[in-house]
Amino acid sequence: MAETHRIAGTGRLAGAKPVRFTFDGEPHAGREGDTLASALLANGVHLVGRSFKYHRPRGILSAGAEEPNALVGIHRDAARRTPNVRATVQELYDGLTAVSQNRWPSLAFDIGAVNDLASPFFSAGFYYKTFMWPKAAWAKLYEPNIRSAAGLGVAPDKPDPDHYSSRFAHCDVLVVGGGAAGLAAALSAAESGARVILCDEQAGFGGAMRYESGARIDGLDGWDWTQAVARRLSEMDGVTLLARTTAFGYYAQNFVGLVERVTEHMAEPGDLPRERLWQVRAKRVILATGSIERHMVFAGNDRPGIMLASAARTYLNHYGVSVGRTVGVYTANESAYRGAIDLKKAGVDVRVIVDLRDNPTGPAIDEAKGLGIEVLPGRAVTSVGGSLRVKSITVQPKTGEGTGRLIPVDALLMSAGWTPSVHLFSQSRGKVAFEPGTQRFVPGTYAQDCASVGSCNGTDDLAAAVREAVAAGERAAKAAGRSGGARPAIRVEASEGWSAGMVGAAPGAGKGTKVKAFVDFQNDVTAKDIRQAVKEGMRSIEHVKRFTTNGMATDQGKTSNLHGLAIAAEMLGKDIPEVGLTTFRAPYTPVTYGAIVNHARGELFDPTRRTPIHGWEERHGAVFEDVGQWKRAWYYPQAGEDMHAAVNRECRTVRQAAGLFDASTLGKIEVVGPDAAAFMELLYTNPWQKLEPGRCRYGIMLREDGFIYDDGVVGRLAHDRFHVTTTTGGAARVLNHMEDYLQTEFPDLSVWLTSASEQWAVIAVQGPKSRDIIAPLVEGIDLSDGAMPHMSVREGKICGVPTRLFRMSFTGERGFEVNVPADFGEAVWEALWAEGRKHGACAYGTEAMHVLRAEKGYIIVGQDTDGTVTPDDAGLDWAVGKRKPDFVGIRGLRRPDLVAPGRRQLVGLRTKDPKTVLEEGAQIVADPKQPVPMTMIGHVTSSYWSENCGHSIALAVIEGGRARMGQTLFVPMPSTTIEVEVCDTVFFDQKGERLHG
Amino acid sequence: MAEIALAARRQKHAGRKASAGSATLTAAAPASRLVLRAPDLSLASLSRALDVTLPTAPKSSAASDGLRRGALWLGPDEWLVIDEDGADLEALCAGAASLHSAVDVSHRNLAILVEGPGAAACLNAGCPQDLSLRAFPVGACSRTVLGKIEVVLLRTAETAFRVEVWRSFSDYAWDFLEEAARDS
Repeated sequence: MAETHRIAGTGRLAGAKPVRFTFDGEPHAGREGDTLASALLANGVHLVGRSFKYHRPRGILSAGAEEPNALVGIHRDAARRTPNVRATVQELYDGLTAVSQNRWPSLAFDIGAVNDLASPFFSAGFYYKTFMWPKAAWAKLYEPNIRSAAGLGVAPDKPDPDHYSSRFAHCDVLVVGGGAAGLAAALSAAESGARVILCDEQAGFGGAMRYESGARIDGLDGWDWTQAVARRLSEMDGVTLLARTTAFGYYAQNFVGLVERVTEHMAEPGDLPRERLWQVRAKRVILATGSIERHMVFAGNDRPGIMLASAARTYLNHYGVSVGRTVGVYTANESAYRGAIDLKKAGVDVRVIVDLRDNPTGPAIDEAKGLGIEVLPGRAVTSVGGSLRVKSITVQPKTGEGTGRLIPVDALLMSAGWTPSVHLFSQSRGKVAFEPGTQRFVPGTYAQDCASVGSCNGTDDLAAAVREAVAAGERAAKAAGRSGGARPAIRVEASEGWSAGMVGAAPGAGKGTKVKAFVDFQNDVTAKDIRQAVKEGMRSIEHVKRFTTNGMATDQGKTSNLHGLAIAAEMLGKDIPEVGLTTFRAPYTPVTYGAIVNHARGELFDPTRRTPIHGWEERHGAVFEDVGQWKRAWYYPQAGEDMHAAVNRECRTVRQAAGLFDASTLGKIEVVGPDAAAFMELLYTNPWQKLEPGRCRYGIMLREDGFIYDDGVVGRLAHDRFHVTTTTGGAARVLNHMEDYLQTEFPDLSVWLTSASEQWAVIAVQGPKSRDIIAPLVEGIDLSDGAMPHMSVREGKICGVPTRLFRMSFTGERGFEVNVPADFGEAVWEALWAEGRKHGACAYGTEAMHVLRAEKGYIIVGQDTDGTVTPDDAGLDWAVGKRKPDFVGIRGLRRPDLVAPGRRQLVGLRTKDPKTVLEEGAQIVADPKQPVPMTMIGHVTSSYWSENCGHSIALAVIEGGRARMGQTLFVPMPSTTIEVEVCDTVFFDQKGERLHG
Repeated sequence: MAEIALAARRQKHAGRKASAGSATLTAAAPASRLVLRAPDLSLASLSRALDVTLPTAPKSSAASDGLRRGALWLGPDEWLVIDEDGADLEALCAGAASLHSAVDVSHRNLAILVEGPGAAACLNAGCPQDLSLRAFPVGACSRTVLGKIEVVLLRTAETAFRVEVWRSFSDYAWDFLEEAARDS
């Protein structure tokens, strides 16, 4: 079939490259520059989909982004199947494959259409009424069926092979909409020297000039003028032109989200991103978003072949396509006449113009009559013939008197008037104002630095719109601090204008219950549904909307909102503004997840942090665990070992010989300044003033409420310099916490904080052989117990590079933590490893580290504490300076609840069966025979098998725990109840002799 | 006592290069870096000690006349000092004998050089700042955001930037910039 409806000598695609495409498997011919909709119409195809609820045959309503009906699937390959693409927006490319949706087995014969016959059961609010009883039916019957019936199109089930991009941009003036007004505003701003971004959702600039044939500007046809201005703008410095780019969201402080469709129109996208998300911060925004034509609400108005008058005109004047051979027009305003005139002049048989108005007058009416088109004023279209395509219309006086006259047509153009596109203005939190004379909402009170120009502002006259736009562009540039250049002189010599039209249902919508006069095509909402909603008590338009789903489809009611509002207002006997307009929300049109996520997928979903020693760990078979964003070596299984065996061996080896552990992820903060000690006194519970340089102390940090926030070993390097360590997870927030207090509470202190977490690679060497391992590599530090006792820090060299060497232990063994600049970390580790091998040392991971510290009863903040544990609860009261006058949390610690008896205290637990390992998080009760729900007196915080002890060990917080030593308690589990005995938290080397051994 | 073998420095991303779109990425050579904190009264003596006039205007940097050394303003009392010849900056500051905090972060950060006509577009894929020459001229610097991480950005020429990033975030930074360069 070869473009039977393309009319030679019309449109702008003459000479365009021919392209082939298929629709539901049927091959068709089109042209480069076509949309899928224009190409289908060129081939006489109007039936393109089935409606959502009633499965009624649907055609193409519009020629733009407002399209509610012509939603199709576009299939590039198995992974690229995009559902719900508007055929009116999708540009044609060679080989495009489109399929219709929501039909089975075929578009022409669809089983689901029985819903149309059963429609009395699917009236407004039927979800809320029908599926209430019986309750049991919901999960098994209603929900699965509703789910399978709900939704349009089918989402692809394979990973998206495309990539998406993102760009932050700043400009002086962002102009949204590239019609005559937007172009004029952009030109005016750019001439003033402003940095301008102009975006338009269509494939090119021109806006309404795409279909208007009566405009002349600066001696040019309206369309040619827009193309000339766009060219001129593209050559100017500081101007960014973005076609195929939708401004979908208007956020705070002139932050506007745009999505640019980069490759949707290309047969071969190459390496280009499919879409590019622009996040624009504009000093001023100019909205030139135009207006959208409304359909007439009458019985059968959804029949394929019935479409907006401006759409039919676009298909003729831009694409060279006639939407029918025998065309009728149904209107309540003058603009539709222009469509009839253009079609008539192109040689199409325009049978009739049915005008709801009694005495329509104006130049367009005269011209239509002059061309011999029959005009029937004061009449309504009351029904239509045909099922898969309109075949005829029945025309009756709008008073309902007289008999209907049947007029055969194969296309019907309709226009109820124009709705200014105030979506973005409303999103900017601007308040719309109702104009009673024209029955429309226009921008009223502005909330941001923004202006509206052209028909979105209710300025219908082209000359006035261009004047307004030029002034707005100049004003915006000036407000952004740019001025100069000449104000562009734009002369509008001829233009089309139109009157207001109507809102609500036309007389032909009927009062009966069977008539389907559609208000919202995409959600199948009819005029009677809205009337019914009001009858059932809905008073606010917000309730009417939710009850009927009017305006809730993906088109967000671009064509339907005002009609629905008018019908509800009429039923309620109120004025439209009293019933209110629903709020417009982002996005203006649907945005893909791909565009929103853009680069943040795969490896870029979230940073993966690796330590300087990661490569060695990988080469030595470490299994890694995720700790926040870090990858940490968890354990190092040798041949034949499972995790258990590996961890047991590592734990044993550390206590018998030694182990190397990568502790680089610990947070490190350097606290420097003459008031460093004073600051430490305030941030930690411990006393610091008397700590000598070269010594370390275990510090506890509280929140204001007295609960433990973080802990770590702190070394004093000099009188005015502390090397603070934090937990791995606490690194960032502890620095923030410290900065917060320093800047807001203690700003008079001369001290500064610097994160040094990543400056240092940290290698813990722990175990009886640890000193023997490091000694041969260390220079300038006396490692003897006398010179460097437990809890001290020295600066010197190891392997010839600078080190901060800590003598400290998180295992209970003699131990060192070797800090070296990060780039030396791996080489120093390898040198230590070589020494360690001589002494039978192993590398151990975080799991063994956890077991070893639990054997010693050392807590892990965030595991054994949960934000409700005080130092005393954790058995760490010794770390709170009793004579200190102040520190963060000191008042919190005195709260009655925090000193009351019976608080949960950290204790050890031993299971009666030494082989049983408790579940971390398990609840503890005193009497397992009590009825459920039992009184829970605590829970297990840490639990492991201890190879060194030969039995399981656990830490727990239990009410009055320290007074329960030796008591038997119970841990009820789903299948059994475990008996445990309360014991001390230290399971291994209770005297702590091994620290020095 | 046997001689101790010197541990070799293993610079992350050493020698790495990438090119896509209109931008190239190069791993910068090692450098000395210092986080310097100081009150106004100390600036004159610290500037003399470092041979760089510590800048006091937001988003600005200063370079030494004779040395490959620069100071980047990061906050009202905070600078990142970078010396590409590896000088001991902490020791230099100690010579000033005025109130300050100097912390060596030479290994904490590394730098990725982003160059080419698409350099700004590449960075703007994840950096929300206005990188036009008007707002971010040569010499401008800022602690800012790149995708999901923090970086310090310095414009070294009209089409060249230095991205200072913490070591463990540099894999992400590199991957992000390489991906973004495709669309630059």
